[in-house]
Amino acid sequence: MRVRHALFVAAVLALGATGAAAQGTVPLAPGPHDALAATGPQAAHIGALWNLFLALCTAVFAAILIACGWALWRTPRAAVDTPPDLAHVDRHEPGPYRSVALATGVSALLLLFLIVASVWTDRALARLPLEQAINLRVTGHQWWWEIRYEGSPESQTFTTANELHVPVGRPVVIQLNSDDVIHSLWVPNLSGKKDLIPGRTATLSFRADRPGIYRGQCAEFCGYQHAFMAFEVIAEAPEHYEAWAEQQRREASEPSDPRGKRGKEVFLGSTCVMCHTIQGTDANAIRGPDLTHVGGRTTLASGTLPNTDEDMKRWIRNPQQLKPGVNMPTSSLAEADLDALVTYLRGLK
Amino acid sequence: MQPAAAPRTPGNAVPPTDAQRRALERTWSDPPGWVGWLAAVNHKAIGKRFIVTAFGFFVAGGVLAALMRLQLAKPENKLIGPDLYNQLFTMHGTTMMFLFAVPVMQAMAVYLVPLMIGSRSVAFPRMNAYAYWVFLFGGLMLYIAFLLNIGPDAGWFAYVPLAGPDYSPGKRMDFWAQMITFTETSGLLEAVIVVATVFKLRAPGMTLNRIPLFVWGMLVTAFMVMFAMPSVMLASTALITDRLVGTHFYNPAEGGDALLWQHLFWFFGHPEVYFIFLPGLGFMSSIIPTFARRPIFGYTAMVLALIATAFLAFGLWVHHMFATNLPELGKSFFTAASMMIAIPSAVQIFCWIATLWTGKLNFKTPLLFVLAFFFILVLGGMTGLMLASVPLDLQVHDTYFVVAHLHYVLIGGAVFPLFGAIYYWYPKITGRLMSERLGRWNFWLFFIGFNVAFFPMHWLGLHGMPRRVYTYSAEMGWGTMNAIASLGALLIAISVLLFIVNVWRSRRHGEPAGADPWGAGTLEWSMPSPPPACNFEAIPIVHGRDPLWEPQHDPKAVAGLAVDSREVLLTTVLDAKPDNRESFPNPTIWPFVGAIATTVLFVGSIFTPWAVVWGSVPVAIALTAWFWPRPTDTSAHLAREQQP
Repeated sequence: MRVRHALFVAAVLALGATGAAAQGTVPLAPGPHDALAATGPQAAHIGALWNLFLALCTAVFAAILIACGWALWRTPRAAVDTPPDLAHVDRHEPGPYRSVALATGVSALLLLFLIVASVWTDRALARLPLEQAINLRVTGHQWWWEIRYEGSPESQTFTTANELHVPVGRPVVIQLNSDDVIHSLWVPNLSGKKDLIPGRTATLSFRADRPGIYRGQCAEFCGYQHAFMAFEVIAEAPEHYEAWAEQQRREASEPSDPRGKRGKEVFLGSTCVMCHTIQGTDANAIRGPDLTHVGGRTTLASGTLPNTDEDMKRWIRNPQQLKPGVNMPTSSLAEADLDALVTYLRGLK
Repeated sequence: MQPAAAPRTPGNAVPPTDAQRRALERTWSDPPGWVGWLAAVNHKAIGKRFIVTAFGFFVAGGVLAALMRLQLAKPENKLIGPDLYNQLFTMHGTTMMFLFAVPVMQAMAVYLVPLMIGSRSVAFPRMNAYAYWVFLFGGLMLYIAFLLNIGPDAGWFAYVPLAGPDYSPGKRMDFWAQMITFTETSGLLEAVIVVATVFKLRAPGMTLNRIPLFVWGMLVTAFMVMFAMPSVMLASTALITDRLVGTHFYNPAEGGDALLWQHLFWFFGHPEVYFIFLPGLGFMSSIIPTFARRPIFGYTAMVLALIATAFLAFGLWVHHMFATNLPELGKSFFTAASMMIAIPSAVQIFCWIATLWTGKLNFKTPLLFVLAFFFILVLGGMTGLMLASVPLDLQVHDTYFVVAHLHYVLIGGAVFPLFGAIYYWYPKITGRLMSERLGRWNFWLFFIGFNVAFFPMHWLGLHGMPRRVYTYSAEMGWGTMNAIASLGALLIAISVLLFIVNVWRSRRHGEPAGADPWGAGTLEWSMPSPPPACNFEAIPIVHGRDPLWEPQHDPKAVAGLAVDSREVLLTTVLDAKPDNRESFPNPTIWPFVGAIATTVLFVGSIFTPWAVVWGSVPVAIALTAWFWPRPTDTSAHLAREQQP
């Protein structure tokens, strides 16, 4: 095993990939992202269909290879000057004819079976019970996700970004829209994907049956930072979810320590307010993600970095280095101001 | 009153006299010198250039792919940033689909179809030259733009609004859209040429049910091209006008629709897969009988399967759009249609296996490449069934699973047969055989490298790796599989290098081939290798599907075609009965000039819409000069008409 590993490393080096200095203080914990490890009914239905397709297709593939291999094995060898066999020109060949007809018939039946299985699964997906559903509105942006929890009354509505909390066992219905180009929302462990197309509204519903953090991301190429447009679905016990939602509905907490207070001043006095909102302050721009509770999130910049003091500082100082092309400018804050700002933002739980 | 007739030279005898042979060679040769080179219209000269050019783009596209695999070989690689990476994959896809796969098949047809059907030329030889030059200039324009850092970067299917004016400012996507205009112009012209050639220029006796299967494949492909390409030309023209003159075809804010692009593009894009695949099937059906030493089993079923594939191919396009919000019931229809198209392909596969099963095998390199089809294409077909199912597609759509699938079908279904075809017909084109030893190395490295490169991508897709990402975090766990895939890409690169060495060396040092080095049965093997300028010194008369294998009957050849003029025999569409004689035009520089004028118009219109107006003037002048009749030619034609 170790030898093989060493071989890969050697191969990679041989390929000339230039080494990037090891970076990142804390590794990201992306959470499971595996289409075949279902944790909800939608992905489970698709997983069952996958198993059926895989088994049948493998069997047919093997049968064709065996037939082909057998033909190669049993057929006598020839040379260029071997006279061509013209015995069957314009004559019926009953043996091969029967085999080909039979194989074609069987293929057609198997295909029909697969079509029925596929439509059946489609039906099962469409019949996800939606009582007591959580209603969300997700808007795709280059390159982050705006997530709005619809509440009734309206005052119960709140907005967050790049992190979806859902209660285990309750269905989630998401209305999908895009603000700019086409994106596609995909959480492999929970469900298939759905496109977010500007000018059209799509709906995606799923249910998480086991608590956990599941990684999702944009699947449709959407420009420079398509690679780093991820998000997390945090499935938790209903009471945890309710507590989280209650917290999200609140305005941002006032910083208690002087450094935090200074950080708030920095935030409100710099270009941050041109794009971001912090509920309870004068910052209410909607160009970038809502930061009201940014300190409570697990990742930064749409799943690019873990949410730590150090990473947030690196991010604010020079986002273009970490996510080239992102719509957030490099900042020219003094080191002390930057520290204060990070203290403030990280305190917004 | 009869006009004074020019003295008539008698037509060819059977067999032609030596003087007639020399006259034919003189008549059908392209003029010497570099002006003559630019004026060439002989289908073999144009065909060779076309093939070499398309392979040049294949190598360029391969280099781009190698760069991508280098970047993805390990996580968080800083070698290539998103800006260049997005250009790389866009250029790679665009090159392989528009500048290699479709044109190379048409190029093979330009060279081979007349030889296989017993004709001295393709129909519309000047238009053929024009189509080549337009293709070349379009491809060069794209690569010059890329080298100037204005290469397209929105993916080879250029979804709007990302490719539209708001999210792709600058000229990058304009070059992409105009590249479509160039290649589709060329592709449509070639389709017209193939249809006219196959329908009207077949040797007497080559009835519809005696046409070689490769020619059938190209004929069906040409019809598909004519129905599919207008769709993408419409789409890309609307994109250009959105970008350049402020129309709103795709702008939802002004009543346009982003999905309109996807419908128009895939209405072309899915058939396009089949006009890469059907010629591949044609190569299979040419090579298998020769090396199994028997005629193909199930000829009629094969032809019907090709035609059925062509019809079904136009009913599948929505399977690229299953993740959009189109009605679910409609998507089920496209599931059924997408699975149904497996049936004609299966019929052909079964017929080939039956041919192999009942034949005697001569194991040479072309056969190896063709046998790889049974592994690679069939595996790609299986994943194709998975993608045809709406629920499964929702999981694997736009992931590396799709990348694996499309390379399995396109490389397995078209590139492996194409390599086999090059090994097979190279001796006809050059007069020398390619090295068997290098050929075997080439084959095994390609076969193993291909599977090492692309099989792991299935796993990557299922484990969440989306396509078109320029890098990924180490924590995602995709590093090992990507490293393996990159290793496979290295093997493919070595194998292609061996192929190039083999092609280059065998030109001078290969074993002399003679007329028929494989003991094959179709007409192209009846003449010396390389073929004389006129292909057939006397047009053969065909009495069976494999004329060189089957017993000869009288009459064997056609007498009486002019030797001092590019005269061809036209035959009827169904039964190939002699119908008419037609004098084809001589070489001229005007198609080349016309292509340059067209290029000025197309490239100019990227920068100003007025180029469409003033640019049409040189095009009109070139076309007029191209068609201007020469009095000497006219009187010679008249003379022959009056005294048949």
